[in-house]
Amino acid sequence: MRVGVVSFPGACDDRDALRAVSLMGAEPVRLWHADADLQGVDAVIVPGGFSYGDYLRPGALASLSPAMRGVRDHAAAGRPVLGICNGFQVLTESGLLPGVLRPNTHLKFRFQDVGLAVERESPWLPGRAAGDVLSIPVKHHDGCWFADADRLAELEAAGQVLLRYRPNPNGSVGSVACVTNEAGNVAGLMPHPEHAVEQLLGSTDGRVLLQGLLDLAGRPVAA
Amino acid sequence: MNVTVLVRPREGILDPQGEAIRRSLAGLGYPAAEVRAGKVFDLEVDAGDADSARRIAGEIAEKVLSNPLIESYQVEVAG
Repeated sequence: MRVGVVSFPGACDDRDALRAVSLMGAEPVRLWHADADLQGVDAVIVPGGFSYGDYLRPGALASLSPAMRGVRDHAAAGRPVLGICNGFQVLTESGLLPGVLRPNTHLKFRFQDVGLAVERESPWLPGRAAGDVLSIPVKHHDGCWFADADRLAELEAAGQVLLRYRPNPNGSVGSVACVTNEAGNVAGLMPHPEHAVEQLLGSTDGRVLLQGLLDLAGRPVAA
Repeated sequence: MNVTVLVRPREGILDPQGEAIRRSLAGLGYPAAEVRAGKVFDLEVDAGDADSARRIAGEIAEKVLSNPLIESYQVEVAG
């Protein structure tokens, strides 16, 4: 199982993501932002950081990069993509995930473990049931997920909301922490699963989402 | 042709930056009831006439300079 991690200029969590992929028993593959060739990877992680200095809007310039052309094709083929923090911002700006990430409503940088209540069973959350709570750290200034009330209701009805903050650290509407695309093969969240893979650092709950990514990559893709 | 694109938070969208600026202005004693913070982009566009400059800049504003979910834009071509 080969998992690609896209390195953008200004990304800072790409190496942690590569390391986490190794710890999960898969082969990490570093992908370069200027190259649209994803080297045939089975799954992609768009990692955290400050791609292109967060210029214009967080994730906006990265969404226009050659690597993201490759990621769009990969996603369109039904293969799994996980966006973490800045990677979530890149995926919303790319139109691969609904909504948009805005400055935290209190305008403060937040770095802390957060509780994430499981909204529903999902291939992204293997072994977890509705009502379970994961503990995964956040570290962001622009993590306030926004969609208007009608859109949020649609996403909830379609089962695209997977996790909600408990409590809400950034003002995200509906306390939404993790959403998927309609097909369910693309997911994004501001918290950092790759920073929660070893008990020494306080939590291994990040492994749940990473295992979900690997499980989805192992499924046959519908024609 | 010189074109200016103004990008603003959409009406009804919470603008925490503008609100923080408003609070600081209130601290200085200024009677600013509301502040909305946006962005200005000055572009030099290769275009034969004002209409095509406006069309090109509008496309750039729609696709790149603004996120239509939260922002509106306005294109002004220098006369």
